[in-house]
Amino acid sequence: MKAKLTPGRVALYVILVGAAFFTLYPFLWMVSASFKPLKEIVGGNMSLISPNMSLENYQYIFGRSSLFTRWFFNSLFVSVIGTILNVFINTMAGYSLSRLSFPGRDKIHHLLLMLMMVPGQVLLIPNYLILQNLGMLDSFTALIFPSAANIANIFLMRQFFMNFPKDVEEAASIDGLGRYARFFRISMPLARPTIATQAIFVFMGFWNNFTAPMLYIKSETKYTLTLGLQSFQSQNAGTMWNQVMAAACISVLPIIVIYLIFNRFFLVGVRMDGEK
Amino acid sequence: MSGNTKAAAKPRKHTKTQLAEFRQGYLFLTPALIVLGIFIGAAVLFVIYLSFHKVNLFTGQYTFVGLENYMRLFSDGMARTALKNTLSFAVVVVPIQTILSLIIAAVLDSNIKGRYTFRTIYFLPTLTSSSALTIIFMFMFSVTGPVNNLLIKMGFLETGINFLNDPSFALKVIMVMNIWSTIPQYTTMYLASLQDLPGGMYEAAAIDGAGPVRRFWAITVPYLKPITTYVLLTSIIGTLQMFDQAYIFSNGSGGPANSTLTVSLLVYRYAFGTQNAMGYAATMAIVLAVIIMIVSFTSEKLNASDSDY
Repeated sequence: MKAKLTPGRVALYVILVGAAFFTLYPFLWMVSASFKPLKEIVGGNMSLISPNMSLENYQYIFGRSSLFTRWFFNSLFVSVIGTILNVFINTMAGYSLSRLSFPGRDKIHHLLLMLMMVPGQVLLIPNYLILQNLGMLDSFTALIFPSAANIANIFLMRQFFMNFPKDVEEAASIDGLGRYARFFRISMPLARPTIATQAIFVFMGFWNNFTAPMLYIKSETKYTLTLGLQSFQSQNAGTMWNQVMAAACISVLPIIVIYLIFNRFFLVGVRMDGEK
Repeated sequence: MSGNTKAAAKPRKHTKTQLAEFRQGYLFLTPALIVLGIFIGAAVLFVIYLSFHKVNLFTGQYTFVGLENYMRLFSDGMARTALKNTLSFAVVVVPIQTILSLIIAAVLDSNIKGRYTFRTIYFLPTLTSSSALTIIFMFMFSVTGPVNNLLIKMGFLETGINFLNDPSFALKVIMVMNIWSTIPQYTTMYLASLQDLPGGMYEAAAIDGAGPVRRFWAITVPYLKPITTYVLLTSIIGTLQMFDQAYIFSNGSGGPANSTLTVSLLVYRYAFGTQNAMGYAATMAIVLAVIIMIVSFTSEKLNASDSDY
């Protein structure tokens, strides 16, 4: 099929470019505002480029008077540890449900299917009280522990191991590898692409999570970026849009970098569990 | 394996290898079951227990009150406002985001130059946290922000509208933001499904003289019916639970004048605000969860009953 420039095709391009414009515009504004002085942002100048652009806002947010750097590393810590735990816990559970047979396996499978249907917001209050009783409120454990396993990802891994030929593992067992070594040294490395998909979405979930830090974290020094951003925005009566936009830029940056590097995993692994 | 009779009575005597496999099976599931057992399983039972009690968060006292919390729902004007806001949010957002993502997916799926670049761009909002997104949109819609500036420059307005503090606009801004930020997720679901659409169907229709718009309605739309049900379901579940964007937008208050108060936000306010009504908040959360589950089951049933495609 050779593409010709018909009115229909022109219409398609108009839709595509229009949608791309609406998608990109808020981001361009964010980036542009993050380099501008506050006066110019609120002054009604519509152009994205201005001669007064500088790194001043970034210098301020990373400076000593702000906790931003700390929040950044808090987010990084929580997201990295949370992702590592999820990868091991979900992959092991998925493997167990697909590759191993033991009494009660189907019952556990059904139980997980049922638990997956519970809407997340109904869990907020009981989880707050549970964490309070465990003495975990206002700690990173409160952010990591409740999300250290994910049912949708357990099923993703289960699906992978069901379709994955058994003979590779059998060959390894002939070579004298024990069943645990076989899992960690053969099966898990072979599942790398699926694990990568899982890891990216889990990392993003932790990095972008707002509700959990908002409920469980009280001390400003333990804020994550999302919570810090919100406090940045609401603390001063007149919002310092220039600094807030710089902070927002930095908060989005790591995910965009990951996205550009691992683009292909994103398009395969659309989350199927219904959360944003 | 001592005697034959015994082995026959106990139909399966497990070998050593099998026992080792059982052990590994349970061991590998244990961490997941601990986490999910506590924070979903026990949490569900706990929230039901809470709904029959009056809870004082500060003293840690639980008083059994029977169905009082459930009865209170019917006379609570705030709950009615929150439900009204949440439903109008869902009614506007769900159809618009579904239709727009279907159109974008269909266009992207056509044999067009640069579609990978467009796809990469369209995906960006999905990557951004709700707090960053909300702040960007609050900035765009602020009195001196770009939206007002544009409207003034184009002559539609004399002075800027205070979108964020005007009760008749605030929820609409959140709707726009939510539609904008969730379209890519649904577009990707549609795209995945469109890739399985047999190309032969289009060619046959083209030979029969059907134009592109006709083909879209006659082939693409019906073919995508199952995935549309799924998209609608996800979208309904998401909008009914809407919390982050409304919270950040109103700094937790649901204002201006309760216009952005959603059910989830009201649950939060009752549980953690000055009202100190955790038991009642738990009840409200349960009722919302039940509504969501009923909607899910109904649409799944509807889809199962006529899934001819």
